[in-house]
Amino acid sequence: MSAALLQVDHLSVQFGGVKAVSDVGFAVRQGEVLTLIGPNGAGKTTVFNLISRIYQPASGAIALDGVDLLRVAPHRIAALGIARTFQNIELFENATVLQNLLIGCHTHRATGLWQELLFLPTVRREERKLRERVEQVIDLLDLQHHRDSLVAGLPYGVRKVVELGRALAAQPRLLLLDEPSSGLNVEETDDMAFWIQDIRDDLGVTVLMVEHDMALVSRVSDRVLAMNQGEVIAHGTPAEVQAHPAVVEAYLGKAA
Amino acid sequence: MRFLFKTDYDQDIRLFRHGGQRFWYALLGIGLVAAPWALSEYQLAQASLICIYGIVGLGLMLLTGYTGLVSIGHAAFLGVGAYAEAILAARGWPLPLSFAAAMLLSAAVGVVVGLPALRVRGIYLAIATLAFGFIVEEIITRWEALTGGNSGLPVAAASLLGRALDTTAEFYFLSLACAVLAAVVVINLLRSPTGRAFIAIRDSEISAQSMGIHLARYKTVSFALSAALTGLAGALYAHKLRFLSPDQFTVIQSIELLMMVFIGGIGSIHGAFLGAIFIIALPQAISGVRPLLPEALASAAGLQPTVFGLILIGFILFEPMGLYGWWFKTRTYFSLFPFYRRGTFKRRKAFQKSERLR
Repeated sequence: MSAALLQVDHLSVQFGGVKAVSDVGFAVRQGEVLTLIGPNGAGKTTVFNLISRIYQPASGAIALDGVDLLRVAPHRIAALGIARTFQNIELFENATVLQNLLIGCHTHRATGLWQELLFLPTVRREERKLRERVEQVIDLLDLQHHRDSLVAGLPYGVRKVVELGRALAAQPRLLLLDEPSSGLNVEETDDMAFWIQDIRDDLGVTVLMVEHDMALVSRVSDRVLAMNQGEVIAHGTPAEVQAHPAVVEAYLGKAA
Repeated sequence: MRFLFKTDYDQDIRLFRHGGQRFWYALLGIGLVAAPWALSEYQLAQASLICIYGIVGLGLMLLTGYTGLVSIGHAAFLGVGAYAEAILAARGWPLPLSFAAAMLLSAAVGVVVGLPALRVRGIYLAIATLAFGFIVEEIITRWEALTGGNSGLPVAAASLLGRALDTTAEFYFLSLACAVLAAVVVINLLRSPTGRAFIAIRDSEISAQSMGIHLARYKTVSFALSAALTGLAGALYAHKLRFLSPDQFTVIQSIELLMMVFIGGIGSIHGAFLGAIFIIALPQAISGVRPLLPEALASAAGLQPTVFGLILIGFILFEPMGLYGWWFKTRTYFSLFPFYRRGTFKRRKAFQKSERLR
């Protein structure tokens, strides 16, 4: 395995008296799929929100390829190559799928406000380039059919895919997926597993995800990190973590 | 019904999507240019006002309809633009220069008002803009040396390249040109990354930020552009009325402007102009109907605001997409005829949005 792309050290944050995340550390290696698992309230999504700088940690360090993320403004995270999806889907509802994906390319814009107001030929050229990039994502995720539909009218499963597509359109180095299979049926979950594998193997994107569906987790993850009550309780291959006594206890409770 | 077979990305980038659209807009263009020969002097003056309100509508639409920031203080920007133009024109500035200055000044004021927008949202922002509206109204009233205060400020007719535009037709063409330019600029913006960033901020700030959109910067830009457009409308307004006084730029006027974009159809360019037509035509329609009403009702002082309010409530209840939504559905009905179903535009269940992040 190659070097760590994302390095998280001694990360802690608390909300009021609740220690949401305490002293969490892990490394995401270049080109792997690392999955965070854990019961509800374990702090998995909080870790995501800390990495995308929505929350400010009380202590600890997060570095992407040597760049200290805690010194970077929240909107600069995307430009560094981190894209994410949200647990409850945060799409731009009253825009078309195409527009959503184009917004995903925002960090790659090359035109300024004045050029855009006049729609100079450079803007048209750049728009074509962005469109080509978006079309590749549409091809990968089979979204051709929904290109011009408003997100507000799409079924849940398709929205999940659109959100994945929007993150991919940014051409990230690290993709954060927050429960990619929640709310999907068996068939859709199957597709999602294939896509995650394709994203890692063909696009070379490193993936960090939060997921509850253990079948999906074992299928796509290279490594798994289990959390409970804000702390890391186990890490290793999917099989190792599933068999780990602390993980069994966290999910099922102690044997009587 | 028309089926579009797309073979080129440019088909989604162009101003006009297909030949039919090009044809109808060309026809509309010819109609607008020929209007001075077809309409009476009075109707033409109303048409100029529609252009002016249409520009305000575009500005407010950009801010409220596309960026999702509600402003109840837009009459203040109209006032800033109007007084700037009146004062600069009186000092002998040529029209393109004074118009640009009026827009820049409005934009600068817009940036200042936009600053609280970076910290507050929703109803709190609306209150902040409301306060701003009061402040500007008060400044206009008190700064008598510059604005003439309550006794008002007379404005000369617009003059372009040494030629006074003092006929109704000439002024109509000036307003029309400004309105068309403003519309094209706004459409350009909306088909490029900045406009999409506005839409992103409107629909989900949290994910807009995760996509790399600098919220503070784009909100400020939106305020500045919206104020600049409203300032342009204000400059035209000054020459249209030829007399300015603080009571033209009150908060009531601001609310009326906001109602205009809501009735026109929030989140559409058409809506800005449909709303402007509505707001200019309604008083005419009411005065037309007045003789038919019973005496007590016809002479009632609050008739117009009441009708206005009722219509607004009607739209909010039955057609939240405003006049544009209504037009869109009617058009779809005919293009799908006889296969239109009542549920065609019914919104499907909106899924729970993440609440923990706001």
